Amino acid sequence: MMTEITFTVENLKAGFGSHQVLRDINMQIPSRRVTAIIGPSGCGKSTLIRCLNRMHEVVPEAYLEGKIFLEGSPIYGVGIDPVLVRRRVGMVFQKANLFPSMTIFQNVASGLVLNGVRKKNEIQEKVESSLRKSALWEEVKGNLHESAMKLSGGQQQRLCIARALAIQPQVLLMDEPCSALDPISTARVEELIHELRENYTVVIVTHNMQQAARVSDFTAFLYMGELVEFGETKVLFTTPREKRTEDYITGRFG
Amino acid sequence: MTNYSVRKLQNGIMVGLMGAGAFLLLSILMGTLIYIALKGLSALNWDFFTKLPKPVGESGGGMANAIVGTLKLLGIAALIGVPFGFIGGVYLSEYGRKNKFGFFVRYSADLIAGVPSIVMGIFAYTLVVLPMGHFSTLAGGLGLGIMMIPIALRSTEEFLKLVPSSLREAGLALGLTQWKTITFIVIPSAFRGILTGILLDLARVAGETAPLLFTAFSNKYWSRGWLEPTASLPVMIYTYAISPYDDWHRQAWAAGLVLLLMILGTNLLARLVLRRYQPT
Repeated sequence: MMTEITFTVENLKAGFGSHQVLRDINMQIPSRRVTAIIGPSGCGKSTLIRCLNRMHEVVPEAYLEGKIFLEGSPIYGVGIDPVLVRRRVGMVFQKANLFPSMTIFQNVASGLVLNGVRKKNEIQEKVESSLRKSALWEEVKGNLHESAMKLSGGQQQRLCIARALAIQPQVLLMDEPCSALDPISTARVEELIHELRENYTVVIVTHNMQQAARVSDFTAFLYMGELVEFGETKVLFTTPREKRTEDYITGRFG
Repeated sequence: MTNYSVRKLQNGIMVGLMGAGAFLLLSILMGTLIYIALKGLSALNWDFFTKLPKPVGESGGGMANAIVGTLKLLGIAALIGVPFGFIGGVYLSEYGRKNKFGFFVRYSADLIAGVPSIVMGIFAYTLVVLPMGHFSTLAGGLGLGIMMIPIALRSTEEFLKLVPSSLREAGLALGLTQWKTITFIVIPSAFRGILTGILLDLARVAGETAPLLFTAFSNKYWSRGWLEPTASLPVMIYTYAISPYDDWHRQAWAAGLVLLLMILGTNLLARLVLRRYQPT
């Protein structure tokens, strides 16, 4: 397979204090594709995804060894500003975490405004295009200046996606974005992920194997901090190479 | 399983007890307020707000100088107490949660909060009155300001701690620096609580008498500046209440009512302002 590579992960070890979560991860995440990370609870899925935008180190006692490259250049190292990495690698969390003190518009604009964008029409444009991309524009265009907390759970999560897209990242990381949503909202977010892959590299952590099968091009199976298998989703789900992968996807453990 | 009627009775008793507790609390509060209002209103007139106190033996007069004095004292107190308390509270919640320095600051604040207010007065007396050689508004304000710090600090910290860490992560994940996340996301999310805490703190020191007795002292006339002694409502209430004159007693009640209304007014104003700036 000859595709462009967004992330190259080399010998990644990470954890908290004396607790090692990730053991020697090596993988290459392709560009403008959806890569799903699956595995049982506590296997290190979230830790892995949080290493990709340097959010892992925000937690006290977190440590990390190894290398991660974003389009060829390292994102860890002396003199590399995590803030700049995070502007290129956006993130959506498990539970919608909108800013309660801001309106819908301000939430989407927050990343731009607080990062120093001053031009009113530029902000206006990007807010609208981000809301369109996250398929929310039609629902909220009439009440952009009301509190974001009035939206439903599914709308809030899509607004989080819009907020992440507004600063124009290259990558969107999603940490179980649908785990708190009902099936209809989940379907809408999945549709959205499908559309996003045309322009963004998407990495999604999910508990739900059907979801991984539906939305992703590539799947990584993580078990107890090890990357057991990584490959095309179709292949991994139909003819897994590893016994452990097969056991997991057929529901024998996890 | 006890039967239905027994459980229903138990429930009724418990609800009744809780209701009675709530009613008792409310009646004490309302009773105090109504009593002060009734007693105070009879002596409250335009002169009270515009005139200086009359000498003993002459009836009438007002407490204009004490009202202005209290406002000035609270102004200085807020200038000292709010910035130190607020910024320190932000530090404790956002940077010093686990480190030794944070622990030390938190512990000191709790200790200072427990120090009797008259001791704060002595502190301000030693720091300002002694070197200057006379009582002053500044010294009184400083005493009240220092009293404000520990409570403002701890309440700011507690309200910031209530902001879920997921909001801090959301800010950081948008490529914001930590201070921008704190300034524009974390603090606004907790602002209502922080402001309420600070206003309650201000209300608490507004009624303090002991630290003013030998710092701001009192003044029968207009205080001519920040470095002169000044009259204040709490000290006037104290002086007038222990006097043998009926007219002074009435004025003390009026002063109490005015102090109460000032605090109430500040609270309502803050709430109105907040409502305007928060999205609905």
